[in-house]
Amino acid sequence: MPEVAVVGFAQSPAVRRTSASGNGVELLVPLFQQVYLDTGLSKQDIGFWCSGSSDYLAGRAFSFVSAVDAIGAFPPISESHVEMDAAWALYEAWVRLKLGEVDVALVYGFGKSSAGELRRVLALQLDPYLMTPLWPDSVSIAGLQARLGMAQGRWSERAMAEVAARSRADARDNPEAQLIGTPTIEELLDQPYLADPLRAHDCAPISDGAAVVVLAAGDRARELCPRPAWITGLEHRIDSGQLGARDLTAVPSAVAAARAAGSDGVQVAELHAPFTHQEILLRQQLGLDEARINPSGGVLAGNPMFAAGLARIGLAARHIHTGTADRVLAHATSGPCLQQNLVCVMGGED
Amino acid sequence: MAQLAAVLGTGQTHHAAKRLDVSMAGLCREAVDRALIDAGVELADIDAIVLGKAPDLFEGVMMPELHLADALGATGKPLLRVHTAGSVGGSTAVVAASLVQAGIHRRVLAVAFEKQSESNAMWALSVPTPFVMPVHAGAGGYFAPHVRAYIRRAGAPEHIGALVAVKDRRNGARNPHAHLRQPDITLESVQASPMLWDPIRYDETCPSSDGAAAIVLGDETAARAAPGNVAWVHATAMRTEPTSFAGRDQVNPRAGQEAAAALWRQAGITDPLRQVDVAEIYVPFSWFEPMWLENLGFAEAGQGWKLTEAGETELAGRLPVNPSGGVLSTNPIGASGLLRFAEAARQVQGRAGAHQVEGARTAVGHAYGGGSQFFALWVVGADRPGD
Amino acid sequence: MSHEPLSAELRVEFAYTRSLGPTLGAFLTALREHRVLGVRGADGRVHVPPAEYDPVTAEPLTELVEVGSAGTVLSWTWQPEPLAGQPLAQPFAWALIRLDGADTALLHAVAAPGPGAMSIGLRVRARWAEEPVGAITDLACFELLDSPTPEPPVRTFDEPVRGTVSPVDLRYRHSASAAESEFLRGVEQGRLTGQRCSVCTQVYIPPRGACPTDGVPLTDWVELAEEGTVTSFCVVNVPFLGQRIQPPYVAASVLLDGADIPFQHLVLGIAPEQVRMGLRVRAVWRPRDQWGHTLENIDHFTPTGEPDAPFDSFARHL
Repeated sequence: MPEVAVVGFAQSPAVRRTSASGNGVELLVPLFQQVYLDTGLSKQDIGFWCSGSSDYLAGRAFSFVSAVDAIGAFPPISESHVEMDAAWALYEAWVRLKLGEVDVALVYGFGKSSAGELRRVLALQLDPYLMTPLWPDSVSIAGLQARLGMAQGRWSERAMAEVAARSRADARDNPEAQLIGTPTIEELLDQPYLADPLRAHDCAPISDGAAVVVLAAGDRARELCPRPAWITGLEHRIDSGQLGARDLTAVPSAVAAARAAGSDGVQVAELHAPFTHQEILLRQQLGLDEARINPSGGVLAGNPMFAAGLARIGLAARHIHTGTADRVLAHATSGPCLQQNLVCVMGGED
Repeated sequence: MAQLAAVLGTGQTHHAAKRLDVSMAGLCREAVDRALIDAGVELADIDAIVLGKAPDLFEGVMMPELHLADALGATGKPLLRVHTAGSVGGSTAVVAASLVQAGIHRRVLAVAFEKQSESNAMWALSVPTPFVMPVHAGAGGYFAPHVRAYIRRAGAPEHIGALVAVKDRRNGARNPHAHLRQPDITLESVQASPMLWDPIRYDETCPSSDGAAAIVLGDETAARAAPGNVAWVHATAMRTEPTSFAGRDQVNPRAGQEAAAALWRQAGITDPLRQVDVAEIYVPFSWFEPMWLENLGFAEAGQGWKLTEAGETELAGRLPVNPSGGVLSTNPIGASGLLRFAEAARQVQGRAGAHQVEGARTAVGHAYGGGSQFFALWVVGADRPGD
Repeated sequence: MSHEPLSAELRVEFAYTRSLGPTLGAFLTALREHRVLGVRGADGRVHVPPAEYDPVTAEPLTELVEVGSAGTVLSWTWQPEPLAGQPLAQPFAWALIRLDGADTALLHAVAAPGPGAMSIGLRVRARWAEEPVGAITDLACFELLDSPTPEPPVRTFDEPVRGTVSPVDLRYRHSASAAESEFLRGVEQGRLTGQRCSVCTQVYIPPRGACPTDGVPLTDWVELAEEGTVTSFCVVNVPFLGQRIQPPYVAASVLLDGADIPFQHLVLGIAPEQVRMGLRVRAVWRPRDQWGHTLENIDHFTPTGEPDAPFDSFARHL
């Protein structure tokens, strides 16, 4: 089996509302150009393409179809799409590279969350018979999870605010971040509740954006990148869709994925935690006490749905590319209350 | 490929316009349970699940695999959700096979479903997009001009579409799972049916079905442990091109040609018409049979209709096409591709019952989607590759 | 381009008809009569809401167990500004509620005077809808034990609930691409323009975010004629939900002179059975006061009366 590495990454700035159309083309074209420039690749070199996006985010059936215009997909390409965060598209591409039939794959994700009313759109991810008809919104559902953990003494509103403050401060070094600043904890705790005990700063912002990752296998990766981020473990799992039957203060799927991927000793972790308490929960559950968490600011500083998980992988890989870390972890999530989770562990070669 | 993969078992639901007796979960499990029994395994033996279905707007559920995790036996396991438009059922099988071929999993369950009765596909496919001229009229309206162009280019006689419809519906009557079962359909009755999207008649179009399909794939060790014949995966291919571009050939799309060429190369097939024993081809409108026969390389461009006219695609013909009745008899959109792939496997396993093609050793499963722009294919065989 | 891209509302509205199967059907049948059923899981837990398949073993679950309609709040949050479709119009709490006799939690709304009235461990009871329909909303919400609403009479029904209707109504802001917006602004002025790809030199109408074969933004604008050729067509005879043009009508692929790709439009002024591939047509515009940012400014295309274009002249645009 060939070893596979992340050799290229680009993401668009996360913004509250882009004027670009919802098909992703205008967001993706400059990102493709960027990774071609960085790696020296052209579209003819890409052996497999895979993307992640959502029809309901765009409000149209087959919304991913016109995104292939951004590729210039003629002559025809070998391509696939997941109706998931593009981190899972990366998984599908990684499998293709493992097969040894192609040596370079390009993965992209895009989402225009601003097009619809995101909190309501996400209610369609729930049990369609007994939950969606009540239209519980995504922020309220996260609020139920946050309170459960508070009641168990797992975190507090102050600890959650500290996560938000650290996120915004760290995001000052991230040119693609949407929310940056240096708020004090007291300032944050003075804000009103959005969904008690969650305040606005506890929730990832609504963001439009896209991300692109280039994967390469074996020696091809070494040619394309001075220090490839070798994927040493890539695993994903899902928990039950019965929200009320799950222990919402545990994330067994993330724990199982991290264990299978071999997460010990990571120095940096980019966690896909759309709510402050979820970052704490993941840190606790994955045992990441020693790791630097979300130096990019995480998705609390910008959360382009369906691209954000993929962007975690690209951001974590950058630490290997630049030599600021030797072993990193990226995490992606999907579904209400961290239902589905993917863990990607990467390392440098030396 | 690194490892061999084989179909251990397949399952499908009873298909109907409205399966009012089951939920989405129940629909999926009907197919899954049958596939597990056919493969001689239990859900606990499955390492990963791949779910395919067409647009979420059909059921009004965003990423329904999230809520279906328990029903799919996926809780605690890896679950991937593929969506490549109408080709998705085929892509689902290809992705599931790749998980085995890459040596990542021993047994993978591929499931695809569509519960079209939850909404209305014509509505979901024709939600008026602002700024666009609202002439669009569902899939039939989209493909009818391509059919007209084919007829013109190939000089095909007008009755070819009706011939295909008669054959597929009669085949469907032999298939206990088929949605439409019309043993008495005739050329005259098809030609007398209403013209919906001229030149496509009512009886030349696929139904709208509720249904699901499932396939259990396994590696060599799993294949040896299977109770019955397996269908070895000899080749898979997926190709994509844009929906429209200047000079695009929508009648004989290059993505389909290249997918087929890659497939035959991988399977070691040099003369598809001679070497393939049976083909399950995605034909939602009858004229697509001759069009895809050409696109896949079973016939030269412009000649596909001659195979159909000569009866060569009938059950006893040189290349039986859609012995199951095909999409024209059963169309749960997201599952339709997986049904083609599963029926191809059943043929080489010798489990196709009343629509079995005698002595089938090599079969092709085909699916396409979008504006004839996404293609997924596989070749399965009774013989282990290399033997 | 100096203008902001155009955008318009896109409404995705449909009442989904959901069939339920035995377990969910039994639950909603009972709920309509003010009774709550759970289902016993493989580990002995009673699931309310009922799980169709066990979260641990994936077995189908069918052993129904009646539980109480009062229960205990396990967690809650406050909805200060209720959103469309939610159970209550005034501020309310969402709660995970474990009904008496159940082991899992039901998510529902709690009518409460304010967040101060909510707490973990709070006891709540069901408030039933006045008009039960066989849906989860037959349970209107939960309420505090000390503020009971008079219970509507229990109705009896002959037929069990086999299906439930679930309306979805979402509003989106659909944005045209920058290039498409510029094109539509031209259309609003009665001009038809396309864009030429600098790589392949093909002219696209309407313009696209990127050339679909070269993946580069299109930059050069080209004025196009109002005449063109029908490359292929379909006569639409089938009526369907949401259709905006009365069938039968001819939906044609029209290749404007100077363009390299056809677009779909109507052809009128000729009997449908006389429309043919190669027919030469011209745009017929609506009255100017009806023009907007849409190709609907062109009411239809009509035959020019010229001889048909030879097949070879448009054969690559089929």
